[in-house]
Amino acid sequence: MAAYARRFARNRMAALGAGILLAMLFVAAFAPWLAPQDVYDLSTLDIMDSRLPPGGESFAGGVYWLGTDDQGRDLLSASMYGLRVSLVVALAGTTAALAIGVFFGILAAYAGGAVDTAIMRVVDLQLAFPSILTALVMVALFGAGLEKVVLAIAISQWAIFARTLRSTAIVERTKEYVKAAVTLRYSSARIMLVHLLPNSIAPLSVLVVAEIAAAISLEAMLSFLGIGLPVTRPSLGLLISNGYSYMLAREYWISMVPGAFLVLLLLSINLVGERMRQLNES
Amino acid sequence: MAVYVLVRLLQGILLVFLMSIVAFCAIYAVGNPISVLVSPTTPQSVIDKVVSGLGLDRPLHEQYLIFLRNLLDGDFGYSYVTGQPALGMVLERFPATLELALTAMVIAMLVGVPLGVWAGYRPNGVVGRMASGFSMLLISLPPFWTALLLIIVFSIEARLLPTGGRGEVASVLGISSSLFTQDGLRRILLPAVNLSLFPMAMFIRLTSAGVRETVSASFIRFARAKGLSTGRILSVYILKNIVPPVVTVSGIIFGMLLAFSVITESIFSWPGTGHLIIKSIQTSDRPVVIAYLMFSVSIFIVINIAADVVCAVVDPRISLSGSR
Repeated sequence: MAAYARRFARNRMAALGAGILLAMLFVAAFAPWLAPQDVYDLSTLDIMDSRLPPGGESFAGGVYWLGTDDQGRDLLSASMYGLRVSLVVALAGTTAALAIGVFFGILAAYAGGAVDTAIMRVVDLQLAFPSILTALVMVALFGAGLEKVVLAIAISQWAIFARTLRSTAIVERTKEYVKAAVTLRYSSARIMLVHLLPNSIAPLSVLVVAEIAAAISLEAMLSFLGIGLPVTRPSLGLLISNGYSYMLAREYWISMVPGAFLVLLLLSINLVGERMRQLNES
Repeated sequence: MAVYVLVRLLQGILLVFLMSIVAFCAIYAVGNPISVLVSPTTPQSVIDKVVSGLGLDRPLHEQYLIFLRNLLDGDFGYSYVTGQPALGMVLERFPATLELALTAMVIAMLVGVPLGVWAGYRPNGVVGRMASGFSMLLISLPPFWTALLLIIVFSIEARLLPTGGRGEVASVLGISSSLFTQDGLRRILLPAVNLSLFPMAMFIRLTSAGVRETVSASFIRFARAKGLSTGRILSVYILKNIVPPVVTVSGIIFGMLLAFSVITESIFSWPGTGHLIIKSIQTSDRPVVIAYLMFSVSIFIVINIAADVVCAVVDPRISLSGSR
């Protein structure tokens, strides 16, 4: 582990990315304790403080280092909370996708034959559709909302996990230890879970990182378009969309502050993912 | 080949049919569109008239059968909002989307392929490092964020380009496009550049990986030994070998562009299908949403079949019947 970390950090950009990512995760996890203002508590907001530029002084005498939005929310606090929402939604969606993908991937590899063909057909079909189109179908069918966005992420990502897992598991399937397990008449479930799964799951790690970034991006896009998360718990995408209305008034910070959080988050995840891929290949 | 294409087309038609059932049922379950359409003060008699006029009072399966029969006639129903034919609304806006996506594709190729070739030839040079960093950046930046930056820089601060809308349309050789007018070009520039960023990153990565692989091949070493110039090696020997993968992936990338144009169109108020679908979802305009989805699914099926066929034509090593 320590050796991997040292090899990882030999690329300075990747090390920087990992550092930023850890800081972001920390901020997201402890947002309620770190943020100067509880943005979900409307009583802490003061309408007199609305649309203050970064460094602006509040009516009560404090300083908003990154400015405020139209409702007088401290943008630093709002972005910290938004980061939390965006990460939770993306992680939930990708985890669900991983679970579904692993299940069908391992099933396809183990069962083979018609089951394999059927599952892979569906996988091919799903992969042919861009995630945004799948998400639009979901939203059009079930409406906007947190669990629908999670569902949309899960449905647009499970196929890539299933295909990747199947391709490694199908190689493992032919190995001696699996044959031995079959000869010992272990149950199919045991062979799949205890023997095949642990030996085929490693290549998924890089993919998971990339897909989390894709999930964050997808959620942000949907929320930006106003067909994603509800406004009561704004994610980064929604905060940016809110600031969009004040862009022509040249009050850029309202969308740029949460936007910077989002871009830093995505960049750091992609830097880490890219480095993991490099190390995996070498 | 013909059999293969036919089978794939039949599969596609089946898929579109399945899609119609799913879309229809689930959209029916979302809620009563009447509540969106009429104001709360409308008298009940008027509401009843509207409901029966739209056929919303009949049982679900009957509505679907009517829907399906109309579908086969190319009739997707009428928009609840404008009263126009739903499919017509989608088709009417599709040229704008196509124009935007094609322009973006051209920009992405013109920038991405040369950059990728150079980056692949000299991966550790200044251009190579910059190109890989640039492609990483382009992949990480969400399209709506880059759109905002472009608008801030070029429209609001520099006041060079308009913030949105499609320009005047002119007709040349029977093709009408906003690319033929000066106003149109000014207006398409920002959205097209914005849409081109993601495929540009893909082209940079794809070509640089391809070139890096080809450079180590023995025929390239031979060409070098013959004393050919770097320019000739790059533009003839290497380019020929990376064209097939680029062409095949282009099809898939183009399909993605059509879908991802939803974001760009919404921000730049580009009057295309993406702009339409977001508005229709927001107003629960059911017939338009269904028409858009069916239309997009059909386009995707066609693009995928075409990509597979082109792939087999440019690279004889790939067989269409598979498993060989």
